[in-house]
Amino acid sequence: MRIPVSWLAEHLELPEDTSASTLAEAFVRIGLEVEEVTPLASVDGPLVVGRVAEIEELTEFKKPVRFCRVEVGEEESGEQRTQGIICGATNFSEGALVVLALPGTVLPGGFEISSRKTYGRTSEGMICSSKELGIGEDLDGILVLPPGSADPGEDAIDLVGLDDTIIELSITPDRGYCFSVRGLARELSNALNVPFGDPATRAVPEEQQPSRPVEIQDSTACDRFVFRRVTGVDPTVSTPWWIRRRLALAGIRSISLAVDVTNYVMLELGQPLHSWDATKLTGTVVVRRATDDEKLTTLDGVERSLASDDIVICDDSGPVSLAGVMGGASTEIGPDSHDVLLEAAHWDPASIARMIRRHKLPSEAGRRFERSVDPALGPVAAEMAAQLLVRYGDGSVETGRTDVGEPIAPEPVTMPLALPDRVAGVSYERGVTAKRLSQIGCRIEVSTSDEGVGLVTATPPSWRPDLIQSADLVEEVLRLEGYHTIPSVLPHAPAGRGLDESQQRRRSVSRALAHDGYVEVLPFPFTGQDVFDKLGLDSDDSRRRTLTALNALETERSELSTTLIPGLLESLQRNVSRGHRDLALFHIGQVVQPDEKPEAVPELGVSGRPADEELAAMRAALPAQPTHVGAVLAGNRERAGWWGKGRQAGWEDSVQAARTVAEAAGVELTVTAGDLAPWHPGRCAEFKVGDTVVGHAGELHPKVVEAMELPKRTCAVELDLDALPLVEKLPAPHISAYPPVLLDVALVVDASTPTAEVTEALRSGGGELLEDVHLFDVYSGEQIGEGKKSLAFALRFRAPDRTLKQGEAIEARDTAVAAAEEHCGATLRS
Amino acid sequence: MSAANDSYDPKEVVALAPETLERAVAEARKAFEEAADLDELAAAKPAHLGERSPLLIARREIGSLPPKARSDAGKRVNEAHSAIQSAFDERREQLQAERDERVLREEAVDVTLPWDRVPTGARHPITQLVERVSDGFVAMGWEVAEGPELETEWFNFDALNFGKDHPARTMQDTFHIAPQDSGLVLRTQTSPVQVRALLERELPVYVVSPGRTFRTDELDSTHTPVFHQVEGLAVDKGLTMAHLKGTLDAFARLMFGADSVTRLRPSFFPFTEPSAEMDVWFPEKKGGADWVEWGGCGMVNPNVLRACGVDPETYSGFAFGMGLERTLQFRNGIPDMRDMVEGDVRFTRAFGVES
Repeated sequence: MRIPVSWLAEHLELPEDTSASTLAEAFVRIGLEVEEVTPLASVDGPLVVGRVAEIEELTEFKKPVRFCRVEVGEEESGEQRTQGIICGATNFSEGALVVLALPGTVLPGGFEISSRKTYGRTSEGMICSSKELGIGEDLDGILVLPPGSADPGEDAIDLVGLDDTIIELSITPDRGYCFSVRGLARELSNALNVPFGDPATRAVPEEQQPSRPVEIQDSTACDRFVFRRVTGVDPTVSTPWWIRRRLALAGIRSISLAVDVTNYVMLELGQPLHSWDATKLTGTVVVRRATDDEKLTTLDGVERSLASDDIVICDDSGPVSLAGVMGGASTEIGPDSHDVLLEAAHWDPASIARMIRRHKLPSEAGRRFERSVDPALGPVAAEMAAQLLVRYGDGSVETGRTDVGEPIAPEPVTMPLALPDRVAGVSYERGVTAKRLSQIGCRIEVSTSDEGVGLVTATPPSWRPDLIQSADLVEEVLRLEGYHTIPSVLPHAPAGRGLDESQQRRRSVSRALAHDGYVEVLPFPFTGQDVFDKLGLDSDDSRRRTLTALNALETERSELSTTLIPGLLESLQRNVSRGHRDLALFHIGQVVQPDEKPEAVPELGVSGRPADEELAAMRAALPAQPTHVGAVLAGNRERAGWWGKGRQAGWEDSVQAARTVAEAAGVELTVTAGDLAPWHPGRCAEFKVGDTVVGHAGELHPKVVEAMELPKRTCAVELDLDALPLVEKLPAPHISAYPPVLLDVALVVDASTPTAEVTEALRSGGGELLEDVHLFDVYSGEQIGEGKKSLAFALRFRAPDRTLKQGEAIEARDTAVAAAEEHCGATLRS
Repeated sequence: MSAANDSYDPKEVVALAPETLERAVAEARKAFEEAADLDELAAAKPAHLGERSPLLIARREIGSLPPKARSDAGKRVNEAHSAIQSAFDERREQLQAERDERVLREEAVDVTLPWDRVPTGARHPITQLVERVSDGFVAMGWEVAEGPELETEWFNFDALNFGKDHPARTMQDTFHIAPQDSGLVLRTQTSPVQVRALLERELPVYVVSPGRTFRTDELDSTHTPVFHQVEGLAVDKGLTMAHLKGTLDAFARLMFGADSVTRLRPSFFPFTEPSAEMDVWFPEKKGGADWVEWGGCGMVNPNVLRACGVDPETYSGFAFGMGLERTLQFRNGIPDMRDMVEGDVRFTRAFGVES
């Protein structure tokens, strides 16, 4: 909401020297957010009123150009002194009062006016538009002042109102009443303790008879509807400058007098009004909900299909206005309208909010109605607008007024007088609660409870429907007393349990990966089916079962990712495109994995804690969202350097990353060969804990690399961190101080035999004396034979209670080898 | 070789003559001194300390002396031998020291050579900030609560006192999930975790909830549709706004140094009443110490407590929340928020594993 300081000041008894910044600070102190404080651009020098005495049209140019003789004040002789001025605008005629910048005037933006030759004449100044004076965006032409409002030669700076400041406020949704000069001035009066004159205090004549019969058929939609009729309005008359100026400064375009006065009253009081051309309405006016098959052309010319929730105003022809949101085209004020019906109604805020969203029609009126408007304002607002039409449009107010409906009065709220003290942790002075609540307009009664507690019963004023419970009243007291009076006291929380195991584990995993060379990225969780296509996911792959955001920022990335791989690969590509080659990235984040048959989200109330079954149903309706950890690698894992060559990142690094994660999490992974998109079928590891598959790693499928234009042999790993069990380990190792016996064995197995199986066989066969098994070489070649490989292991044997004899160790080794033979068909390499 | 011989005059045994012994010592010293390294020294040793060295020959002559003379001669020989031996030892030690020094000198390397075969990675500054904030609150006895990013509207709005058609609900630019009436949204704030905490935990509750949140803002230098928040919630008997202020001040000191404080401005949030916007005094701010808008806060709205089954007559609480990208942006003076989301490794590396 933009509002000039001069307008606010009109309703306040402010000390002379009150600056705009004082007002802005007062607003902030009591909870109105000030976006901007902008003084109007300064104009220096001789800016005067001129009267156009003579217009000469210069026709030899491509665009209209006028040479005007403009009167700028009387000589001593009584003769008018005139200046010759070139002007490109045409919205004025001889006799018009204009604002003239004489040579030497500096207009906003440092634009200095001088006498100059142009279009073959000497132009001794400039006739100004309101935009050139820094007021609004009016491009229709120059500023024409109402006839008789000033004399030529008079200083125009004050007259036009250039010495003013605009305060722009952002109004929170609970303070609908602050969308008006009335509400804002009242707030300032409370903040600065200065008297306030309520512009809504205005005598309204008795209604006598209705201006036009109105029937409210749905009282939940509308609880008050006012009509006031003004006839004989001169449609040609232009809106006075002071109204146009205020509208322009508030950011509202001037349209016609009949429309401008409604906007003016809305800004002043907060009650949106609508002007009807009374001659275009037929029959009885009815307020009701629309039906699904009805249509209405609104005054923006758009035909709108109505919904049964829309509130409409109808006459005999059907719906003629989308209530509170936009008037209809058929009854709009036109260039010839002289019979004006002013509507001031009170609409259901929630319905208006839905209508604004449904029809995508945000407006000044809708913005106020959805935050709720003072229902007491209707007759006053209509009266004020009517009087302006009488005064400036030469109209006459018809006797009678329609005023139907019964607005609900705010309920009184009772609370302990000392509740504000208890909430703030402050001992306020006696009487503060009652004082502050009456300041905001509440009717106050103070009483004592049976237990002897001082109580206050506050009946909120009609413009404060947001004051419903004691907490709302407490806030009013606290904000007016000032939050700066609240002391700083650190509460003592009971002893906590620290981070839980999964939080600690996530930190360990993240640190382990970072220390191991991985850089963390935080990609967005949005993806698309085309990405799954490129990743080679089968059509029935469960990872394709996604949820979709209705209003995604990029339509092709509207799905919530079921895996971290797409986001990681996108980060990888971005880094590659920026010239990075050796990359290892990781991400820990939630993924969304919807059920095949999702449960519907139940409707739950908020009046009390929902039943456990209801909460369980609510939780069950949410898809699983496990935390995953993923990583991708490309380029070199080990750099080239003075030590020698680099080493390309490979499947083994991605598998090792999984082991690093598992180690940080304190669990052991079983690694087997896997086959899952997007991985290379021969270079994919599957990880299990117990019987649960917890993730995969390896080199990506060459087709995926090609389709996604990734670096060759890009590798990836993804683990479901939540699927790793949280284990509490209580290690108690027994360390033998006796010397070991070290023995090596080389075993020949089929090339397809997983090394992990051979290692496991050795380990189980070696018995308790086998302390460690370490694979130190893998060899395949002619000496071994086709389809075979040789695995060389270093075995370390040790006894817990004695020096192990060589013979005992050899015996244990032979058992280990025998186990490998039995389980893996291994033979000792000769 | 002389044998014991009666006719022989023992006083004439040349090998035992003091001059002979002195010469032998002198020659040995000279020879050892001239040895340039341990090998040469070893080569010189037999001639002066070996079986055929003058000293050993002299010693064998002692027996041929009359008994009275033996003692003197023996003493002379021993003194000479020990002089040679210590000359040898000294020289050997000297040469060993020289050799050791040379070897170490020769083994010297350029210790400034890099060894970044696998450069250390880095953790995202947002992750680090989340941990720092969590640790600060854990130190005060609070716990860290978390929840899902995809939420039901009941958790994200209804239970937080957002009326169904209240404008506050549309202010938050929510990502809605298909179909239109699914009742699911991407959480616009971490506040649903407050509701979950109140429903799931025993009172009193003191929790912070860091997490990822979503709003349909276009990505630019100061906005991102996917961002992180941290919220705090305390519900206990007798909590006041002064306790909220005290907690915020402690948090401000944790994040912005010992001289930092907060100030509150009245505002509106559906889930708090009274509500406040919070500014923090940031002494180290780039461009000079100043107040910076940091987040929102207030006393938990009794409607929220009721929806969670907490009696607002007995319990009261406060809550606060702030955006972490924004916090990081002004705390570190990072010009463009896009750098936080795009994942360029140069950005994250600047923050290391812990910073």
